[in-house]
This record gives sequence, structure tokens and C-alpha cells, in this order.
Amino acid sequence: MSNFFKETDIDTSQAEAIVTETLKNCDDGELYLENHKSESIVLDDNKIKSSTYNSDQGYGFRAVTGEVVAYSHSNDISKESLRKSSDNLKDTLKSKKGTYNHEIPKTNSKYYENINPIESKTFDSKIDLLKSVNNYLRSKGSIVNQVTANFLGEHKSIEIIRSDNQILKDDRPLVRFNVSVVLEKDGKKETGVYGVGGRQSYDDYLKDGSWKDVCDEAFRIANVNLESKPAPAGEMKVVLGPGWPAILIHEAIGHGLEGDFNRKKTSAFHSLMGQQVASEGVTIVDDGTLHQRRGSLTIDDEGTPTENTVLIENGILKNYMQDRLNARLMGTKSTGSGRRESYKHVVLPRMRNTMMLSGKYSQDEMISSVDKGIFAVSFGGGQVDITSGKFVFNCTEAYEINNGKIGSPIKGATLIGDGPSILKEVSLVGNDMKLDPGIGTCGKAGQGVPVGVAQPSILINKMTVGGTKL
Amino acid sequence: MIRDQEFLKDIASFCIENSKKLGATDVGVKVIHSVSENVSFRNKKLDESNRADSFAVNLTTYIEKKKSSINSSDLSKSNLEKLIERCIDATKITPSDENNSLPDKDLMSKEIRDLNLYDETHYPNDKKIEFLKKVEETASTDEKIVNTEAGFTENKNNFILANSNGFLGGYKTSNFSSSCVAVSRINGAMERDYEFGSKRFLQDMMNPEEIGKIAADKAIKKLGPKKIKSEKIGVIFDKRISKGILSTLASAISASAIARGTSFLKDQINSEVFPNSINIIDDPKIEKGLGSQNFDSEGVETNSLKLVENGILKNYLIDTYYGKKLNLKSNGRSGGTTNLYFENGTLSFKDLLNSEKKFLYITETIGHGGNIITGDYSVGASGYMVEDGELTYPVSEITIAGNFKEMFKNITLANDLEMKYSTNAPTLLINQMTVAGK
Repeated sequence: MSNFFKETDIDTSQAEAIVTETLKNCDDGELYLENHKSESIVLDDNKIKSSTYNSDQGYGFRAVTGEVVAYSHSNDISKESLRKSSDNLKDTLKSKKGTYNHEIPKTNSKYYENINPIESKTFDSKIDLLKSVNNYLRSKGSIVNQVTANFLGEHKSIEIIRSDNQILKDDRPLVRFNVSVVLEKDGKKETGVYGVGGRQSYDDYLKDGSWKDVCDEAFRIANVNLESKPAPAGEMKVVLGPGWPAILIHEAIGHGLEGDFNRKKTSAFHSLMGQQVASEGVTIVDDGTLHQRRGSLTIDDEGTPTENTVLIENGILKNYMQDRLNARLMGTKSTGSGRRESYKHVVLPRMRNTMMLSGKYSQDEMISSVDKGIFAVSFGGGQVDITSGKFVFNCTEAYEINNGKIGSPIKGATLIGDGPSILKEVSLVGNDMKLDPGIGTCGKAGQGVPVGVAQPSILINKMTVGGTKL
Repeated sequence: MIRDQEFLKDIASFCIENSKKLGATDVGVKVIHSVSENVSFRNKKLDESNRADSFAVNLTTYIEKKKSSINSSDLSKSNLEKLIERCIDATKITPSDENNSLPDKDLMSKEIRDLNLYDETHYPNDKKIEFLKKVEETASTDEKIVNTEAGFTENKNNFILANSNGFLGGYKTSNFSSSCVAVSRINGAMERDYEFGSKRFLQDMMNPEEIGKIAADKAIKKLGPKKIKSEKIGVIFDKRISKGILSTLASAISASAIARGTSFLKDQINSEVFPNSINIIDDPKIEKGLGSQNFDSEGVETNSLKLVENGILKNYLIDTYYGKKLNLKSNGRSGGTTNLYFENGTLSFKDLLNSEKKFLYITETIGHGGNIITGDYSVGASGYMVEDGELTYPVSEITIAGNFKEMFKNITLANDLEMKYSTNAPTLLINQMTVAGK
């Protein structure tokens, strides 16, 4: 039984009948129902700047035949609306004929609890904590110019009704807690940002004063940046720290290994399956099964259980990330990577938690091997051009390396590289793999989905650093 | 089809009345309905058809100086009642802030002018498909083009904005847009480029052949790029990206960034920020303008503003809340700029390219490397080398970097402004930026 038709003029079996009838000549498709509650509470400039509660519910009805996707979505869950969508889908696919693929794997695993983080912490205590953050950071001295802190919490319930009356369900909690601080010293201003989160309740991340660690880290980064000097410009060696810098992996090769770009042959990786695309010590996976991680999913947005997909094993390209549509067209299986931002969006193959696994070197060995280069510890965000393979990411904490020693911090700079070749430039893989703190959102085709990344320290032989100092 | 004003007004009034009944002293509400139809093509075949029908209610309730908000897509009165109650409960226990309030009554928009923002024409999907076929046929004539994607989107919107001070206004808008992405290949290496156009009226759209041809030509021209040596050089920004300079300015002069002290332009009002030949205007009342509006997102009347006059920063972008913090009146910019543009420069495009022996001409930037607090800028880029006024070869895998404060002072504008987006700039040159390459 579905939970979505209670206060509507339609019941589960009527909806199932519309789904079955609409999809009878299609290769695939489903009715995806979603109820999404979210909140945002922001403290800024010493005040509670905003408190917002969002409640959104709707459906996305999809029919797929061959390569063609017909999609219709609405927030009006009613007989008339579903009928109209059904007509729309049938009209788009009227000249096509397909055979419905009923096969969908089952799972008993669960990677997070069904809790509603918004309700599991009182509004008052959230406000109090934000005030404590503000007081705590401002007590660090008049150097503190601005403090912003916010709670973002959500609970999403989804149901997928497939053509054979199968209903697949998932309930997904997600929270994020962010602190941003601006420091001012001698007329110079710099920002430090840090956050934590995942698929648990807020208190799992903030209890026992651990919110102070988040504040301290933001403060530390801003402080480092106050001392920063202009970044160098040009090609040099780059040591990346463990954890969040793995957005390099996400941008440089993750997007290029998504099934759709390879089926369409628009990815720089589309002809490289089975080939050496990275140095030998490099193994990269995309794992949806890590407990309570931001990028984890029990089932994806097509109902497929997620898995740990090996993308690159010892340098050899092994798998792409697939949703059902691209898997079918490429003659393979979905890897449980079919995701959508909401019922308003079509499914695309996406990353979950993308991780480079540990090697055997220490970070010290890497740094001491570099005559001239930079050591990048934290990043803002990145972007990639799938087709040319060029990608960038922005350092938010980085240092110069001179003669094997870490030197002064440098100003934020963009690093640019070439996806298919960068992993061949990875000469040392560290033994210190770390997960990111749980704050990543990946954008693709206008859709944002929560993701995670992880990596050990790595040494890259050659990358272009986009500073101002020649 | 799109719901009428009466339907939306009814919901807006329901929200205001119920909020007041439960103790709200002030209320602001927006009710929106939008219908969007999108068709996309890939390699001359239908790829996706997408229809969206969406409602939204955004409600903010005030109890004296306390404030809280809810958003919902479910317009049923039973749902709204529950959410209004939740909103009032949250408002009661949210700490008060002396700057929270509805806009001053005398600043509110008094009349709604027809700015020609709505074309009721419905372009059926069959027609969209014909249009896209033409786009892709033109885009794929050259054999170096190995992949094409094209899309056509039609949007219709209607909204009502209302508040408990008696303001109530809204109107319909429409958008027709089309895009083409072409992928070219030579010796196994690929490049991608695009063309995009958006108009309020169907009849004003670019013709499909033009869209396809521009995308394909650009993708082919980019093939075989070189990475250049790191150097200081004059950088020319193509019109597709030169508008980004204005978006940066807009973020830096928003009242929020100024009041919070997080802008590299803080305390620069009435100072010279650009060369004295430069004027920057934000005009909300342009007929058929993509950024046109009768009033801002709080209902405040919005009029044309000279943000920069003869190089001097003249105005911030002010909403009610941050206006109160700065002791300034809202100038109808809650929600940001409208139709923002540089007035044309004096040099022709050709003369600009010939003004020095050598330039880097950038057609695309990637990454989010602008810092509004410090003004530091560093992004990935691709484009062409310009030698003796001619585009000689494509360039990629480089970065360009500088600081906005200096970049702004070193701008030279061409005279080729076109109103293609809501923010528009002519081709522009920034003297001496650092390029990092080999």
C-alpha cells in the first residue's frame, strides 16, 4: 500500500492501474512519489536571519522506450493530474514499442534509520546552539568580523510504483551544519568555512561540544588565510591532503565515468574501458553503502539497491556508473546510481560516495620529495568539461612547498588539469584515506544531489596552479 | 493551462487571513503557478520530453519584530492551515530583530504597467520537434561534428504577491528558449561548444538554423587547443562571459554584502571603481526584457538605476531589511538586479582586437573562483590567442587570475552590446591579468 493517496481522490490500486496501462508498450518507467520536508535556520550578523520550513510533495511519472524518455511531473496528486500525465507520456511515445523489464533486485540492507531530524531536535535548542556558536566564535576576539551558522535538515520519503504493482520505498534523513567566519586583521579580510553532516540526527554530529570543533576549524582556516600571500602561477607538483580534496577525483574522473556521457560518447573516457587510465597504485570506487554517509542510499531513485562499484582498479578502468536506461542501452546492469534531485527531475546516473583507496606512502614522504610545489588541504568547489576532460577546483587552504618543507600559506587559487591524464600523474598514494566531513552537493544538468568523497594524501607530478605570481 | 489571477489571489488572501487570525501582526505571501514544457533531441532523434506543472506558496509571518517562513507546493487549504500554524509557532519563538518588517507603504508599487512579458502562444510539442530537427540538421552538416544535443523549453508563469498592508499584485510572464550543444572531434580528442537563446515572445526567437550553425562552428573552431606559457597579458572576454563581471559587481554592491562588511567594495560608494568612461545601468522597465519587473520580490516599486556613472559607484542594490541596517531606503532590488548592462563603449570589436599586438581571448571560464570579500579571482579558462587582430589558435587548460578591484579599473569596452540575457555586457578587455599555463 502506498502512503501518498490518503487525502486524494485516488487509491493505490487505481494508481497502479494507470501506471501499468501507461507503461504497457514501454521498456521501462515508473511513478515516483516524493514527500520532502526541510528546514533551514540561519544565524548571521548576530541575529537569527531566517527560519524556513518547506513542505513539498509531488510525483514524477516516467515512460522510457529505446533512448526516449517521456516525463511529466506535478505537485497535484489526483486522478485528473495523473491521467493528464499519462496521456502526455503516451502521446510522446506513440510511435515506439518496447518490452517492459520487470527485473529489479531486492535488498534487506538499510544504510540509515528512518528518523526525521527536523523533529528530533527542538526548534529552541537549534536557536540556542546557533547563538552559542556566535558567542563562542566572537569570544575569540575583535578579529572576528562576521559569523554565519546554519542548520539544514530534511526528511524525504519516496515511493516507486512500477508497472507490475511493485512498490519500493525509502525514507531518507539528511542534515548539514555549517559555520562560516570572517576575520579582519590589518585591513585584510579572509573567510573560513567548515561543516559536518550526513544521514543521522543533528546531535550525532554536535553532541558533547563537538560543535566547537566545527567552529575551531572554520576559525583556523580563516586565520591561516589572513597570513596568505599571492599564489604562484604555472605548472608544478601538487600534494593533496586526505579527505575533502577528493573532489579532485569527483571532478577529474567521476563525472567522466557516468554512464550517460559514455553511452552518448561525449565523455573523454568513452573509449577507455579496460585500459590503463591511472597510475598502478590507484583504485577508485563509488560506494552507496556506507552507513549514514551523505552520499549513501539504500535504494536509488529507480528502486535499485545501491552497491560499491569499482570504477578503477590498480589503474585499469573497470566500470561506469549506471542507471537503468543507460545500463540497458549499453548491455549492462544498473549499479544503483540512478538519482534525481526531486520528483521534478528526470533520473540520471550520478555519483554517491566516490573514494580513492589508501596506498602505502606517508604524507611526509610526499612533501619531502617536492622541491617546488604546493600542498592543498581544503577546497571550495570544482567543475569539469566532460568532453574535453578539463577540470578545475578552488583551493581554500593551501601552502607553498620549498625544498621538501611546507612554507607560507597562499591565497585561494584555481587548479586546472586534464581528467584522462591527471591520474597517470599521481606518483604516490598515501596510507591515510579519510572521508570528507559530509557537506558535498554535486550539480549536473541543473540537479543537485548530496554526495561524499574520500581519498588519502596524493602526490601529483604536474598540475597548473592558477595564482597571480609568475 | 496557467491558472488565473483570481485563483492565486484567493490562496494569498486565505494565507493572510489565517495568519492574522493566529496572531501574526504582519504577513507577506507569494503564490506562483508555472507550467513548463521541454523537448530535447540528440543526434537528430527525440531524446526527452518533459512537462512540469508546479504550484508554490511562500509565506512569511511576523509577530512584531519576530519572523519565520514556510514554503509549500501543496495548495490544499487543509495543508496550508497546518503549515500556517507551524509558521506562527516558529515565529513566536524566533528571537526578534529590529530590522524585520514589511516594506514602507509609500515605497510600494502603485500601478502595474504592461511590460509585454507574456506571450500566450502555445507552441505544441510537434512544432518544437520540427524546430529542433532544423537546429540539429544545421549543427551536424560538418563531419567533424560527432554529437549534437538540442532543446526547446516553453515556460508560462503567473504569480500574486500580497502583504497585510494591502499590497496585492501579480502578472503573467512567459519564456521560450532553445539551445544547441555540439561536440566536435579530431584525432580522438573532442571539444564541446553551444549556442543558447531565450525570449519572452515566440516570434522573437533566433531561427533554428542560426542556433545550430553557431554551436557547430564554435565547437569546430575549438579543436586542437594548445596550452600556452604562463604570462601577464591583456585578456578579452567574449560577450558570453563578459556579463559575469557585472554579476560580480551586483554581488559586491548588494546591501547584504555591504551591511555585513563582506564586500571588496565596502565604503566605495561615490568613489571611482571603473574607468570614467564606464556607465552601468539596471533598468527593470524594458519592454519584453528577460529581467523586467514591475516591482521587486517585496512589492517595492522598481525603477531604472544608474549603478555606476562615469566610473563612480552611485548606488547599492537595496532591499528592506538591509536597507534598514544601512539607514537607506529600499530601491526595489530585493531579489537582485533586473536588466543589468554596461552602456556601450566606443571601440568596435575589430578595433578592440587590434588595440595591441597580442591578446588572450576567452570564450569560457570554469570554476567558482571569485571571492567577493577579498576581490581575488582565479578561474579555469579556454579561448583563443589573438595576434595582430586575428584569432590564431585555440587555447585551453589555463587559468586567468587577478583581483576585481584592479580588473574593474582596467576595463575597456567594445560597442557591440546586445540584449540577449538579463545581464548583458559588450565584449571587454581587461589589461594585464595573470595567465597560468605551462
